[in-house]
Amino acid sequence: MTSNQVLSEVEYSVVGTRPVRPDGVDKVTGRARYGDDTNLTGTLRAKVLRSPHAHARIKSINTSKAEAFPGVRAVITAKDLPFASLSKDELGGEYGGLKFASDHMMASDKVLFKGHPVAAVAAINGHVAESAMALIEVEYEILEAVVDVREAMKDGAPLIHEDLRTNDMGEIGDKPTNIATHMSYAIGDVEKGFAEADLVMEKEYTTATVHQGYIEPHNTTAFWNSDGQLNLWTSTQGSFQVRSTVANILRLPVSQIKVTPMEIGGGFGGKITAYLDAICAVLSKKSGTPVKALMTRSEVFEASGPAPASWMRVKIGVKNDGKMTAVETEMAMDAGAYPGSPVMQAIVCAFACYDVANGKVDGYDVVDNKPKTAAYRAPGAPQAAFAVESLVDEICDALKMDPIEFRLLNAAKEGTRRIEGPIARRIGLVECLEAARDHDHYKSKVGKGEGRGIAAGYWPNRGFQSSVVMTVNYDGVISLIMGSVDIGGTRASIAQQTAETLGIAYEDVKPTVVDTDSIGYTFITGGSRTCFATGIAAVNAAEDVKSQMISRAAKIWDTNEDDIEYVGGMVQHKSDEELKFSFKDMARQLATTGGAISGRSNVDPSGEGNGHAVHMADVVVDADTGKTDVTRFTAIQDAGKAVHPSYVEGQMQGGAVQGIGWALNEEYFFDDSGKMMNPTFLDYRMPTTLDLPMIDTVIVEVANPGHPYGVRGVGEASICPPMAAVGNAVSNATGNRMRSLPITPGKILEAGWENGKS
Amino acid sequence: MEPFEFVSPSSIDEAVKTLASNGDNARIMAGGTDMLVQMRAGRRTAPLVVDIKGIPELNAVSYDASKGLTLGAAVPCYQIYQDEKLSAVYPGLMDSASLIGGIQIQGRASIGGNICNAAPSGDAIPAVIALGGICNVAGPNGTREIAAEDFCTAPGRNALENGEILVSIFLPAPQANSGANYLRFIPRNEMDIAVAGVGSSVLLDASGQNFVSARIALASVAPTPVFAKEAGDSLAGKAVSEESIQQASELAQAAAKPISDMRGTIRQRTHLIGVLTRRTLNNAVERARGG
Amino acid sequence: MPGVTQVQTTLNGEVVNFLCEPRQSLLECLRDVLGMTGTKEGCNDGNCGACTVMMDGRIVDSCLVLGVEAEGKNIMTVEGMASPEGLHPLQQSFLENAALQCGICTPGFLLASKGLLDQEPAADEGRIRHWLAGNLCRCTGYDKIVRAVLQVSKAK
Repeated sequence: MTSNQVLSEVEYSVVGTRPVRPDGVDKVTGRARYGDDTNLTGTLRAKVLRSPHAHARIKSINTSKAEAFPGVRAVITAKDLPFASLSKDELGGEYGGLKFASDHMMASDKVLFKGHPVAAVAAINGHVAESAMALIEVEYEILEAVVDVREAMKDGAPLIHEDLRTNDMGEIGDKPTNIATHMSYAIGDVEKGFAEADLVMEKEYTTATVHQGYIEPHNTTAFWNSDGQLNLWTSTQGSFQVRSTVANILRLPVSQIKVTPMEIGGGFGGKITAYLDAICAVLSKKSGTPVKALMTRSEVFEASGPAPASWMRVKIGVKNDGKMTAVETEMAMDAGAYPGSPVMQAIVCAFACYDVANGKVDGYDVVDNKPKTAAYRAPGAPQAAFAVESLVDEICDALKMDPIEFRLLNAAKEGTRRIEGPIARRIGLVECLEAARDHDHYKSKVGKGEGRGIAAGYWPNRGFQSSVVMTVNYDGVISLIMGSVDIGGTRASIAQQTAETLGIAYEDVKPTVVDTDSIGYTFITGGSRTCFATGIAAVNAAEDVKSQMISRAAKIWDTNEDDIEYVGGMVQHKSDEELKFSFKDMARQLATTGGAISGRSNVDPSGEGNGHAVHMADVVVDADTGKTDVTRFTAIQDAGKAVHPSYVEGQMQGGAVQGIGWALNEEYFFDDSGKMMNPTFLDYRMPTTLDLPMIDTVIVEVANPGHPYGVRGVGEASICPPMAAVGNAVSNATGNRMRSLPITPGKILEAGWENGKS
Repeated sequence: MEPFEFVSPSSIDEAVKTLASNGDNARIMAGGTDMLVQMRAGRRTAPLVVDIKGIPELNAVSYDASKGLTLGAAVPCYQIYQDEKLSAVYPGLMDSASLIGGIQIQGRASIGGNICNAAPSGDAIPAVIALGGICNVAGPNGTREIAAEDFCTAPGRNALENGEILVSIFLPAPQANSGANYLRFIPRNEMDIAVAGVGSSVLLDASGQNFVSARIALASVAPTPVFAKEAGDSLAGKAVSEESIQQASELAQAAAKPISDMRGTIRQRTHLIGVLTRRTLNNAVERARGG
Repeated sequence: MPGVTQVQTTLNGEVVNFLCEPRQSLLECLRDVLGMTGTKEGCNDGNCGACTVMMDGRIVDSCLVLGVEAEGKNIMTVEGMASPEGLHPLQQSFLENAALQCGICTPGFLLASKGLLDQEPAADEGRIRHWLAGNLCRCTGYDKIVRAVLQVSKAK
């Protein structure tokens, strides 16, 4: 008996409805153009030569045979990138950052992970490029590799960057190390808090490297024209991000680059980094024609940006009645080849669902010989939530306390201070927990041989910059222009917010996503921000349209603007009932009364959306084989306001299922030399239709005070609870606590053998 | 991929001649679902691809209740499991045919190809061994038969010599009171390579209470699929019971020589062989009894 | 330069001719030679189903079929599902049920679902999930896709 509920508090006319998305017909007919569908005249295909070793020095590269191969038009190495010819003196303080960025794009002296680019070939087709690439001779001096986060932290571990020193809370160390950063936050007095506790539990957890798993590989088409203008067509979450990355590496002014975002086949944070664009740009410059590249699936696994593996120690102290008195965690995450894992986000989100007076969190950002990590949906928080929510479950077991009651007792509320400082405004965690407690799933009996698990999760959801322009066409339809790439239905949700604000029909708003020359700076589609921030921009731009309509009406009626109001899609005189225009009537007047009206807005909204989620999972475990099947799953989340409930449900279900995969089967396997052994969808096992039940949803709506319609953003919180929900369910089914992801059949069998319980 | 030429012989003779004269430079293609993946990965490329799907004998399916089933080597899996008659007579074979890859793969992949690919994890192979399958081979020196359990010689290597092709697989007509089942263990529910797999076939006496004979074969626990002869033989003449089945499963475990790799450990695989042997024997017994 | 073969095939009801090298997959021929970009590349090794097309009434991964093998066959891609009269019921159902987010897997799922319902017009949830297990989606968690197919299925 599956269900999707929306616990709505405020009803609107267009916001909250479920119209068909504007780009839908193109996507179901195969007409929508994704990055690899770009096809300019004369396009060459590029292939990238990548390091077969996880850690090595490049001694020499000889590309002459590749250059001579019939059908090849250009070959490049790092020598062709600007960084190669810029000195430390010239770059000054920029040197380190540019070396990292340029080397990550294509290695100059050292390769730091298997798959690290060392050269690239552009040829008349991909097969020719591949054959030519095989003729490039690279001499490597193989170095010892390290691919485990704790091993990389040890003294004597192979050093990834000889110059790296630990930034320890702002103090730069003097010892060569792989620990890039140590950060820490504290609140209250954690020693005192633990001393006051009746029960203290402390456990360690580990998670493996996982990938976002978007079905569309990275792609780009670059055309560096002879007039110096560089055009890029690519599937990206952030066209402006691509522009600035490429501008930085190629030392070009941003205005010389135009990025056209094509439709995008999934990102989840993994398509923010630009891997292929600068490479194809330089190949294009050399060949004089457009150059196109599409990563193979194994390149995506080995050389894009997975999510970090982690080691976590969590300690919680509670009173006998369940009140938490102190929390503590130490987390280490591997950033891959260059610093920048999301360990900071991990440690600040770890206890964000709880109101605890005393806490201390420490995080370590560690480099190792893996591809540089990228964001994966609430980066850092899912790993942290797995650890904390699993330990909370053990505590509930020990106290014989209902896991929802425990969380309600300790829940973060309006006014709760997070460990890194911010005080929560109105948030909906309690409402989510109550919805879980009242749900049919929770009330139903756990099936025979099954186990049930509950978990909560949190993500801040921040705003960042968005730009929107909208023009009133003379037939009353709005042309809505935005830079926000549409991955999951935001053309619809932004159009809905526009229509709602203007009091017009959804069908009368025509959204278009445009290139970087055609709209103001817009930050990525990601971070649960688009419906929120681009929505605010659209609402503001719509208000701009309204005030211009009022001005125009004042001109037409020869009255004061103050006497005119805009209500429910009507421009009307406040006292003279004869003087009113519908939006369409008004639009018809524009041509002869001064011309077009365009509204615009550039925003950078502050404040967090604060997304909370609670998940419930029922599983059955085959004790003889260790196989886990999820039999029932419910995802509950506070959306603030679901502008388009179907797409909000979609975000909740998608995040839940990624979490189920992360929980049960997904991981990077590395061999002793640091090479990934399973860079295919065969052995990187993501859930299929046959591995899942329906994912029931409850959308809780506790309006976000920071958005005109209460939107919080929903994309990310949905991946925080599922691993612990599944892990706790498995633990309850088998009687064995599972503290290492993924919870594979092998690990379940081993736990049974070790503990004598099956 | 490196370039290759593509030919589609229309007779066994033509295929044999082409293969014999090209030696290691030629590769046989049936459904292509293993071959193309390997060629793209740079494993086993060849300048000449010989497509055997145009040869009538390799596409033929002929079943005779008295003689048995002759299954052309290129017949795709879907054709097998969608055949109502064959599904009723050879459920053990259907277990395998419907497990290889997903529906799209089954639209092209063949049992013959799965056997020739000779992966230790090949899902068709234990079932065919358990059912007493015989591989009919044609080559420059004429035709010959190879017992299915002797067909795979090393990981990815089969017993075919230069110029030979697998024409068909022969499965004897099932006797009354017989049943077979193939099960594998995978971490998801489809699309995975078997961590361990077992094919069992049993022949019971008329009362259905005693084993007359049994054949058990294992996947993913040795360089090639394993014919666990001792395990199957241990059931001959024994009563159908938990004890006899347990003993057979232990013998099957003893016949397994797994390695630890990213898909499973030695201990896990050995354990699973025990579990899957018991389960397939029980299922085979149920089918033999008419269930 | 390697030799090319001329291939004649029926694509979405029309006879087409194209040239390709034997090593070019059907997926590559559709996208790069024929300009039919509706069929997508996700993995190029038969594990994701994004390249699913129908060939002689069966769904196959076009990345594992050679272009030369299309000779004489009847091929349907996503571009052939709608008619001038309107969208195929599955396409319409996917839109109404919000069964796509990024949409990259959608053409593959549409062909695969059509393949199922052509054969089993009353397929239930279990059959749908079994049949579609060769198509990966990372955005939706499959829930709305299964519902969209169920809506068109005649299952009670």
